[in-house]
This record gives sequence, C-alpha cells and structure tokens, in this order.
Amino acid sequence: MDLKFSNKKITGILTILPEREVSFEDEMHNYNFSTAKSLKLKSALGLNKRRIVEEGVCSSDLCIKGLSYLFETNKLQKEDIDAIILVTQSPDYIMPPTSNVIQGYFGLKHDMICLDINQGCAGYIVGLNQAFMMLDQEAINKVVLLNADVLSPKVSKQDRNSNPLIGDAASITIIEKSTQETEIFCNIKTNGMGALVLQIPAGGSRLPSSPETAILHEDASGNFRSKDNLVMKGDEVFNFVQVEVPPLIESLLNKASVKKEDVDYYMFHQPNRFMLHKVADKIGVDRDKMPSNVVENFGNSSGVTIPVAITYNLGSKLLDEKFKICLSGFGVGLTWASMLLEIGPLDFCEIIEY
Amino acid sequence: MKDKVLKILNEIRPEFDFSEPVDNFHEAGMLDSFDIVTLVTSLDEEFGISIEGVDILPENFSSLRSIIELLAKYIQK
Repeated sequence: MDLKFSNKKITGILTILPEREVSFEDEMHNYNFSTAKSLKLKSALGLNKRRIVEEGVCSSDLCIKGLSYLFETNKLQKEDIDAIILVTQSPDYIMPPTSNVIQGYFGLKHDMICLDINQGCAGYIVGLNQAFMMLDQEAINKVVLLNADVLSPKVSKQDRNSNPLIGDAASITIIEKSTQETEIFCNIKTNGMGALVLQIPAGGSRLPSSPETAILHEDASGNFRSKDNLVMKGDEVFNFVQVEVPPLIESLLNKASVKKEDVDYYMFHQPNRFMLHKVADKIGVDRDKMPSNVVENFGNSSGVTIPVAITYNLGSKLLDEKFKICLSGFGVGLTWASMLLEIGPLDFCEIIEY
Repeated sequence: MKDKVLKILNEIRPEFDFSEPVDNFHEAGMLDSFDIVTLVTSLDEEFGISIEGVDILPENFSSLRSIIELLAKYIQK
C-alpha cells in the first residue's frame, strides 16, 4: 500500500541505550558449539557487543528516562504534547496501555491521545505513519513517537540463533506539522501467513505461561529454548527480506521519482551485517550509504534499530544539515515498510544511557 | 572446485562427512541457517564472488552438487 503525507516533519530524535554491555565472547560458553564455530559466526554476522537492561527494567523505564531528559533540558515542553504513540512488543502490562502509564507518570494533560502499537522490526515506520495521520487533525500539532523494546529477558541464553543478536533500546522521535512544503512517501506491506515465523509462543491467551512452557528443549541445531522464549526461523526471515525488500525500495523510489543515487542514506532496520550487505548489493547502493554497524555495537532492538542507526551514524550532523533518507523496516508480522523523507536540521539528535 | 567446497564445509561442521551422499544437508541437520551464512561468506571470499541474497535459499545448499551449480552460475558471470 502506497501512502503519501505532506507538510509534516521530524524535529528531534533521541535514543536511550542501557548502560550494561555484554560481549559475544563473554556469552560464547552458553552455546552448544565449538569456540571456532562461534567465532566464525561472529565474523560473518558482525557480532561483537550488545546493550541489555538490568533485571526488572521495562520499556517504560527507558522511555521515561528519555522524556525526563528532554523535559529537563527544555528540548520538549510537556504542555506541547498532543499524542503519545508507543510502538513496542514488550509492554509493561497486558493491560493498561504502557503509553497511558507514561502519560500518567509525567501528569501530562488529559486532552491527548495515547496509543500502544504492537509491532516489531517495521514498527518505527508504522509509528511514523500513525503520527503523520494524527497530524492531519487540527487539534494535533506535536506527536511523541516512542519506540522501545526490552526483549533480552525473552531470549534463551542458550540460543545461538537469537541471543547474540538481541539488544534492548528505546527511542523518542518528535513529529510536527511543517510550515514548509514537505513530501513524505511511504509503502507498507503485510503477510500474516508468515506471522509465526518470528514469535514468542507462550505468554498470551493462546498459550499462557506455565511451568511447562518454561522447560528448555533442544532444537535440531543444538540451541536450547522454551516456549516462553523468542524463536525465529532464521532462514525463512532471511529469504523473506531478500525477496521482498529490494522491490519495496524500488517501488518507493519510483513513486517519489527519486533515483537511488540521490538518496543520501539508507537507514534500515538492523538484523545483522550480513543481511544488510546482501540487501545493499541487490538494491545496488553503496554499502557506506546503508550503515550496518548497529548490531555489532548495540544489538538488534527490533524497529528501534532505525533511530539508533540515525543517531549513532549521523548524530550532531543532523543539527545543521538536511539529508534525504530512505528508511526501511522488515520482520515480525510479517510486516515490511519503507519511507522516503528529508530529515534535518533537527532540534536534537543524540544518544543517552539508562 | 569440489575439493575447495568440501574443505569449507568440513571447517564449518567437522562432525559430518559431506563427501558422503546425503539427500539434503539441511533436512539431515548438517547445515542450519547460520551455517549457511558462514558458508556463503567463505564461498564469497574463496571464489571472489558475491552470492545474491535471493540465492541464499536452503535448496541451493542442500547438496554438494547444488552448491557447485550455484557457484558455477556466479563464476560464469
């Protein structure tokens, strides 16, 4: 589905990363594989270190840390917020919405919308879409898009397929109406037939968590995980991305009548370096224009990896400059989406630690 | 080419004998998806090619013959 928005802009991006860092080598002994084999995988996928929360830290804690920082530094005024969107797969509770919890924590005005969206790797773009649609309303002038995931507690430490990749992170993106003419192009696709390719089987209504769902089982590749843990059919996800993402980007650029070489950066979701290099090669863009350094430094935090990639790779550059940027997220759902927009100069674009 | 491929496969999963006839490496549990990532990286380096993502399918790495056929496609390019 093609979407187009006018006269909207991103005015600030903040990333919140847990202070706790673990390295691949520190955890290698957990995996049922030889050291040599694990190190080969490290090299091929670009694994190194990742950021994960301390026990008990939730998605809302990272968001509250970031919002507190923005309020304290006068980068955001509480009374200006008309809507809070939180994209997460790790809400604090099944009910109520975590966005309401955050609104309540700060005692923000009642005259606002709070909305939780359950989305993963494409969630940042789904959230931006929702923000742009809200801004078509006269009453809404500023939307705070929170994208946060704390999934490390859901991954088995003995799962080589997922554990070395997963990181926790949150981001805050401010979206506003623009007095200047802007055009934002987007496309988004969904295939629910692949919904269980990436999942946490237990913990919802279909299969409530129980002592049985916590029992670890060994898979054919020697990984141990329970039904309470995240499970990923890596080969199916990889193939889905390679088949679907390049034509998605081609279609987006055609709609916008923009040549691929005229895009300054391709800030994509960061599953791993190998997958991104293959996508860049297929689309035919310079690998330097598509940063792939998030997993090796911070881990894969689902859709949050897109704002992490922007703040880490562009940071203060975006305070003074403007870039034409193509965003893309793909994975859980299966959902895949892309967006072409100009970003900058921003009021803030930085990383803080929790 | 066959010897080079066998050497790479044996480095990745030394516990298996890839020279023995097997219907499907993937189904036999000899190569998982992460092994294929390592294999592609090694093949790219060894043969100076870049196997495209759309070709990184289990069926293209299901046997010694399918791997060699895939490599032949890139080496002929």
